[in-house]
Amino acid sequence: MIGLTHYLVVAAILFALGVFGIIANRKNLIVMLMAIELILLAVNLNFVAFSGYLHDLVGQVFAMFVLTVAAGEAAIGLAILVIYFRARGTIAVDDANRMQG
Amino acid sequence: MIQAIAFYLFATLVIASAALTITARNPVHAVLWLILAFFNAAGLMVLVGAEFIAMLLVIVYVGAVAVLFLFVVMMLNVDFSELRSGFVRYAGIGALLAVGLAAEIMVAFGAWSAGKIELARRAAPTPETVPNIEALGMLLYTRYLFVFEGAGLVLLVAMIGAIVLTHRERKGSRQQNVARQNARRPQDATRNTRPTIGAGVEL
Repeated sequence: MIGLTHYLVVAAILFALGVFGIIANRKNLIVMLMAIELILLAVNLNFVAFSGYLHDLVGQVFAMFVLTVAAGEAAIGLAILVIYFRARGTIAVDDANRMQG
Repeated sequence: MIQAIAFYLFATLVIASAALTITARNPVHAVLWLILAFFNAAGLMVLVGAEFIAMLLVIVYVGAVAVLFLFVVMMLNVDFSELRSGFVRYAGIGALLAVGLAAEIMVAFGAWSAGKIELARRAAPTPETVPNIEALGMLLYTRYLFVFEGAGLVLLVAMIGAIVLTHRERKGSRQQNVARQNARRPQDATRNTRPTIGAGVEL
């Protein structure tokens, strides 16, 4: 039967794929944001799986808050992407060195 | 049995579509694979008994976030093939890091199942007779009310922030100035003249 560990393994693979996406797509800011969404999805899957198997509803409540933050993060991230594109004419983040940090 | 088949189907599809999301050449395809990943994750959540979160995932992620991504991808006129140039160079170290991270998390599972956590002490036990949505609502509107309103505040700030960041004044556009319109009086706008015959009016 399907146990908690099955869900945790799926979420771990999803999380690792998200991290891989951020590192491999170093230039493409849009795909990086999508990889962040994948990471948050993996976290949500963990919350919901634990909530289901431990019979505790708080996991689902917290998954909802993670969802809220993910939506806000996507909106702000894409807004920053749009103004960055307007200012520079590209979305390659390798050369985001204007602030000389 | 059918549950196991559904789980393996959804799990395989969510991982495959996530992998295709981050490796797709065309970002529009990447967004579509992301939508598939969200749908399958929602299926996994239905299997574990969290119907409300699953439907929320479909509505919020597929209906709002993915469409937002799609809009931005189509709005920006970017040469995406040029942006992929570093993929092969970073793929090796990225794969190394991802495999290491996944292995670490798996080790953490082992430690978790070996450790002793008092599972009987739950913060909010799932009620047996009440459906998922109702139970979640009863919890959310009582004990977690302030956190819930804080989440609403986060969304409000995100909305205002996105508007403020992307709004720009265009040159040459004619906008209505309501204050100036209201301050305008008849004596500023009209003039009484009594022209003589044949002289005409000077405007």
